[in-house]
Amino acid sequence: MARRGLPLLRHILRDSAAAASAPPLLKALASAESRRSVTYMPRPGDGTPRAVTLIPGDGIGPLVTGAVRQVMEAMHAPVYFETYEVHGDMDTVPPEVIQSIRKNKVCLKGGLATPVGGGVSSLNVQLRKELDLYASLVHCFNLPGLPTRHQNVDIVVIRENTEGEYSGLEHEVVPGVVESLKVMTKFCSERIAKYAFEYAYLNNRKKVTAVHKANIMKLADGLFLESCREVATKYPGIKYNEIIVDNCCMQLVSKPEQFDVMVTPNLYGNLVANTAAGIAGGTGVMPGGNVGQDHAVFEQGASAGNVGNQKMVEKKKANPVALLLSSAMMLRHLQFPSFADRLETAVKLVILEGEYRTKDLGGDSTTQEVVDAVIAALD
Amino acid sequence: MALRRLLQRSSINHISSRVLPSCIHSFCAAASPSEPIRATLFPGDGIGPEIAESVKQVFNAAGVPIEWEEHFVGDKVDPRTESLLTWESLESVRRNGVGLKGPMATPIGKGHRSLNLTLRKELGLYANVRPCYSLPGYKTRYDGVNLVTIRENTEGEYSGLEHQVVRGVVESLKIITRQASLRVAEYAFHYAKTNGRQRVSAIHKANIMRKTDGLFLKCCREVAEKYPEITYEEVIIDNCCMMLVKNPTLFDVLVMPNLYGDIISDLCAGLIGGLGLTPSCNIGEGGIALAEAVHGSAPDIAGKNLANPTALLLSSVMMLRHLKLSDKADRIHNAILSTIAEGNYRTVDLGGTSSTTDFTKAVCDHL
Repeated sequence: MARRGLPLLRHILRDSAAAASAPPLLKALASAESRRSVTYMPRPGDGTPRAVTLIPGDGIGPLVTGAVRQVMEAMHAPVYFETYEVHGDMDTVPPEVIQSIRKNKVCLKGGLATPVGGGVSSLNVQLRKELDLYASLVHCFNLPGLPTRHQNVDIVVIRENTEGEYSGLEHEVVPGVVESLKVMTKFCSERIAKYAFEYAYLNNRKKVTAVHKANIMKLADGLFLESCREVATKYPGIKYNEIIVDNCCMQLVSKPEQFDVMVTPNLYGNLVANTAAGIAGGTGVMPGGNVGQDHAVFEQGASAGNVGNQKMVEKKKANPVALLLSSAMMLRHLQFPSFADRLETAVKLVILEGEYRTKDLGGDSTTQEVVDAVIAALD
Repeated sequence: MALRRLLQRSSINHISSRVLPSCIHSFCAAASPSEPIRATLFPGDGIGPEIAESVKQVFNAAGVPIEWEEHFVGDKVDPRTESLLTWESLESVRRNGVGLKGPMATPIGKGHRSLNLTLRKELGLYANVRPCYSLPGYKTRYDGVNLVTIRENTEGEYSGLEHQVVRGVVESLKIITRQASLRVAEYAFHYAKTNGRQRVSAIHKANIMRKTDGLFLKCCREVAEKYPEITYEEVIIDNCCMMLVKNPTLFDVLVMPNLYGDIISDLCAGLIGGLGLTPSCNIGEGGIALAEAVHGSAPDIAGKNLANPTALLLSSVMMLRHLKLSDKADRIHNAILSTIAEGNYRTVDLGGTSSTTDFTKAVCDHL
């Protein structure tokens, strides 16, 4: 997790400032050894390679998933990928892909393009509904060494993924009048609230904020808030408060350090996650994933609704950091914490040094250069 | 020949000074410079009366030909409007065609509609316009912001149509109509043209909500064809949020349905320093304009002469521009900007120590 990497990096910075003679990188790596946390004791047989479904996707997807594959190989991580081709213009997700994910329980995926206004429903949404991945998680935090307008950002946005405004239930009442249904159920609101508080509890987070617009949508968002309040009473150690979504966006751009974990319904979560990702460094670096009762799909945290433009794909300049950090999350989910730590530390070192950064972070490197730098930084 | 032209011109002036409520396509009320224009003023609650006083002082100092009709929100529910706003107040706005509203605290309770909802429904206020620009001299984390958000104000997700299907399942309807979308798109392009803006961006989520936001986009595209000199683009809302916090200079005029507009306009207000500095104007059927201050009524500093009148002053400037009194509007606008830029007279919320009256006096001096 980001928190464990920070004391290490502070140590690195202090060392690199102090030692003029010894190359700071070696010093940093040496201090990494001395700062290893208490060891993780696996059960015998935990080291057998796990199968993970890999969906390269559209646009920059194949590029960044290729990056992850390279890094995993370099680390000799105990995962092997079963690749399936899915593209945004298909009608439905092919059943063999769903079967594979059901078998492996874990999937890593690049973005799938969604045609605007067309007749095809978004494949991303279909996949989530099919596997009942009801929680979408985006972790937005400041990467050391990356200049942003806001500091001290460490926000996790947990967003309800299945219902709300994205139910897809629309119809034309009469020509020129269209209705869309926003459906909120107690069942879904309760389980997302439970997931949010459980996440906060397991990750030592102090505060959960519910984002809503219940002053206008009294019944729908009122139901969401009721569920959150009920679950909050079961976790007395975690602070709980509520904020209206427009005020929330305003606070995010002026004082983002006040937020910790945010739980939101579907649409607001989309906006809040993208805003938080933007203030903390951009969508190119934020990890995230979707999780349900039985399955987990890891992907770039906030994709801002696109899969990169054609130029980026041609010039191979997509930013692989987000998917690399998401794959570190996946490794931790699969209970390989030391591989996850190594990958995260390497990525953070590369960003900190600043020599290999893609265009969205202010540099000019290609994807491959960043990947090579990460592999070189692995210990 | 010259006499006939003179007679024709004076008769046109006479007709156009009366606002015709049935004319949907007239966006601006014409002003005849000789007689004072009547405008309705709702001072509001809390700090409302103090900042309304500021506006009156500045207008007097600038010699703006406006005669104020003040109306207060009562504490009894008027059965004709089902709210605390009286029928007379609403009639006054309809008659005058322009109004200025201070912050109003909606009292909690049942049996009456919220004040903002009453105004919106009764006056048919369909577009909310909020220009957001970085104030020179007041530094926030974002520089060079210069955009306008235009939000559809009547339908969309805020139709208020919700019901419980069975226990634990609630449905809320989002309605998008062609008529309302066309109306707000027309206003957006008209505003862009009259204010010299180059680009209009429609914000949507039509990849998920294909029919509703798809209809909104279709209407925007139709209107865009009529204005070929203005660039038109469509941006998905999550992309828009991300771009706004990374680089707000990329946007010019944004036109959006109700919910997205609410969130994005508050986000943009946050970029430039908060609701205490943001002007706002609601446009209604028949060219009615109701400028308002969007911040709260701040009851804790009411009556202490500490309030910041900037938001209401900038909104009144918007009102003047709507009335085509551009030279007066520019003078007052420049006075406000230079007062804030100099930094000698700033109210407490901007980090200074001046009182409301000091700030107002400084603005008048700068005229």
